[in-house]
Amino acid sequence: MSGLEQWNWYLDGWIIVAGILCAISSALLGNFLVLRKMSMLGDAITHAILPGLAAAFMISDSRSSLPMFLGAVIAGILTALFTEWIRGFGKVDEGAAMGVVFTSLFALGLVMIVQAADHVDLDPGCVLYGAIELTPLDTILIAGWEIPRVVVVLSIVLLINLSFVIFFLKELKLSSFDPALATTTGFNATIIHYALMTLVAITAVASFETVGNILVVAMFIVPPAAAYMLTDRLGTMIVISAILGTVAAVTGHISAITIPHWFGYGSTSTAGMMAVAAGLLFLVAALFAPRHGIVVVFIRRLILTWKILAEDIIALMYRIEERNPQLKPDATYLREILFSHSVPTSLTLRYLTKHGQLSDANGNYELTETGRDHARQLVRSHRLWEHYLVEHAGMSAENIHKQAEKLEHFTDRQLREKLNEDTLATDQDPHGRPIPPEEKTN
Amino acid sequence: MRPFVLVLLFAMFWPECMIFAASDHSEVQSQSSITDRRIDIPEWNDWKRVFLLEDYNTRIVVFGTTLLGMAAGMIGSFALLRKRALMGDALSHATLPGIAIAFIIATGLGLDGKALPVLLVGAAVSGLLGVATILLIRNMTRLKEDAALGIVLSVFFGAGIALLGIVQQMKTGHAAGLESFIYGKTASMVASDAWLIGCAGLSCMLISILLNKELTLLCFDEGFSVSRGFPVVLLDMTLMGLVVVVTIIGLQAVGLILMISLLVIPPLAARFWTEKIVNMTMVAIILGALSGMIGSAMSAIFPNLPSGAMIVLVATAMFLFSMIFGIPRGILIRKLRRYELNRKVNRQHLLRGLYEFLEARGRLKEKQSSESTFVPLSKLLQMRSWSPAKLKKIVKRAQQEQLVVTLQEDQIRLTKAGLLEATRIVREHRLWELYLITYADVAPSKVDQDADAIEHVLEPEVIAELESLLVQQSTEGVLQSPHTIEIHQEEIKARHSSRRRST
Repeated sequence: MSGLEQWNWYLDGWIIVAGILCAISSALLGNFLVLRKMSMLGDAITHAILPGLAAAFMISDSRSSLPMFLGAVIAGILTALFTEWIRGFGKVDEGAAMGVVFTSLFALGLVMIVQAADHVDLDPGCVLYGAIELTPLDTILIAGWEIPRVVVVLSIVLLINLSFVIFFLKELKLSSFDPALATTTGFNATIIHYALMTLVAITAVASFETVGNILVVAMFIVPPAAAYMLTDRLGTMIVISAILGTVAAVTGHISAITIPHWFGYGSTSTAGMMAVAAGLLFLVAALFAPRHGIVVVFIRRLILTWKILAEDIIALMYRIEERNPQLKPDATYLREILFSHSVPTSLTLRYLTKHGQLSDANGNYELTETGRDHARQLVRSHRLWEHYLVEHAGMSAENIHKQAEKLEHFTDRQLREKLNEDTLATDQDPHGRPIPPEEKTN
Repeated sequence: MRPFVLVLLFAMFWPECMIFAASDHSEVQSQSSITDRRIDIPEWNDWKRVFLLEDYNTRIVVFGTTLLGMAAGMIGSFALLRKRALMGDALSHATLPGIAIAFIIATGLGLDGKALPVLLVGAAVSGLLGVATILLIRNMTRLKEDAALGIVLSVFFGAGIALLGIVQQMKTGHAAGLESFIYGKTASMVASDAWLIGCAGLSCMLISILLNKELTLLCFDEGFSVSRGFPVVLLDMTLMGLVVVVTIIGLQAVGLILMISLLVIPPLAARFWTEKIVNMTMVAIILGALSGMIGSAMSAIFPNLPSGAMIVLVATAMFLFSMIFGIPRGILIRKLRRYELNRKVNRQHLLRGLYEFLEARGRLKEKQSSESTFVPLSKLLQMRSWSPAKLKKIVKRAQQEQLVVTLQEDQIRLTKAGLLEATRIVREHRLWELYLITYADVAPSKVDQDADAIEHVLEPEVIAELESLLVQQSTEGVLQSPHTIEIHQEEIKARHSSRRRST
């Protein structure tokens, strides 16, 4: 692959490590943002920490971590507070209140940073989309190892987030799904809320040098959202989101180096490509997730439609046989009665013939013995339901057909027996047609 | 009209405020160690030049941003009420890849890649793509709208950043110009751009004026507008389309990160000045125009500050002002109203307490000057959960209003006016109690509390209606209390117990 010739295990290794650390620590918290429907509050906080950062730079004149974290945490909590206030006073929805708070704070921060830019090593671009490529250059010595400062900071943040999620998993879970119950069981859901917001702010600060404070939103939200598509269990979701974040970080960096080379350019922004990689992972998850994926849901629905069509066809065949045993209907005849389209009908007919429920004599169809058994059960369900609806639900005979038509597809033998017991002993449905027996009698 | 006048006054004083703020700013900075980190305060001549629009360039920029602010204020009002504010945010972030791709394609075709119309078409296409993606994610997966917004916003922005990384390496791409779309740079606006912005903004405003009724109905009662046969989906799409257009034309001046603020802040600030949507839209238009105008003028004076941020900060200042001082809905006026209501409630409680005390002992008819009309404060304290200090305060205020007279240390007496007022209050209280008993079937022992809550806000018309409703009862003069008054009860109890003790 072109572009990888300049691969340098030292530089690129550290870049990937920083990316992974950032992705995992964000994804850990992001799960709860997504579950609590607060993704945009995460976005707002990452924007709004800017003035906190800038003030910390101006006061301390350095990029030392402590003032930065303090400034950002204050700004983050203020965002949540202000949003709440404006929503209360202005009586508007949370989104609009957020829109006011974070854009104002961001604008303030931007002006402050432009002011500080000449003196502190900081420029707005770096704040917005990070400078992960430069991280290996700024190192500190720890136990004889030269480790990039960002990696150290991110590791600490990762540890904090991990222990928060592990120790407070029960509380987080409860307050995410049922804040009222959480409050009644004796711990304060509000405190958990603000603790989460504080950690989001801290993580955003730690990440702003790697992915920048807009793209950290991608790390917060996209992997957890993808994980949410893939599983129904919180624990699994957290693990999957961390894995997806890692994959996004690695592929993001590699594609930032390689893909532009295919078009004859040098490498592009790793942070941007990390977001794109995460987006692609989400796309795959959203489309092909085993239970909730769009494609899977679509196919499942399609199969159900065809199954119902197949059942409708053989039930119709049974009724035709009942009235006129000589008539051997063809596809067009069936379609006219069922109002079905030609392609699904012919496909379903072929399926039924292949599975031995229908026999095909030059385009004219007839029920086989198995088909007749199946159809008898369906018609029995249908007519039992009609009977039941008239007798117990007090519906008039004109309206019951549609209901019974829906219910017949989901009625098994047990339910039929129950219906038979509950309705008066009769072998005629309300329209005067015989209710066929469960088993073939003669 | 008052809000408008206030806004105008505010606008007149605004530049002074800003000088003030700027000098404050530099003061704070000069306290920190690096000395030369200050904004150069421009000379008076610079101010004059900018605010009198003497430069051709400034005139263009101010014209463009003012129209932009007006259009954004108007469309934003509807978007805000329709709860689509953050959709605009995601939309504006999603325009970045479109801008970069439009530049690459146009340059590849040998056109001028930096021409504004070309870039804006790209921005519109990818912005719409972003909105479509949001709708798809929201409607077809189990994720909610917030996650959909976050995903689209960050992924599209990331793609845009990655593409900008490539654009910067292009030989033709002196692509620094593209980055101005992120933070906004009014300085790069030329006359044709201003005309484009102006025309697009005006047509947006025209459309929303024409569709005013429909959009209002859509914002407040979607179900009703469906039932009246309005094409709701089409209207919704129109509104989204207007938001898209305003966002796109605002990119150059405000930048894509902060564009949302022009759509949200002026309407939300206007919300504090009025309860009517027409007025709200008008105020939002004015505030939007002012923020555009003043903000771009500021960025002309301080050329190194990003114009988007300046426009937003101006809008924010107006928002804060509106939130605090807004007339029907601002914080101050609401606090004041509550304070006045509290005072009124306390006064009425005091008067009613005095009246009931006297009534229970049959001393109402006695001469005002006679000793028996004096009421000791300690007795009043028993009637309500007042602290002695609070009661003193209330009595003092009532004295100022000449409703009561303090005679000795702890004795007060109703004045003539006080007695009249007290009679009225007690009458209203008892009318309501009677109403509750006759019409709402509330037990007589419960009505006192209910009436207590509502007696202070009964309008004269309500009283008249109560009178006519309860006409069979004797409504002349003060009614008998339908229940025994507590202090009376206590005394009877005390008497009983003492008698029991004595026996």
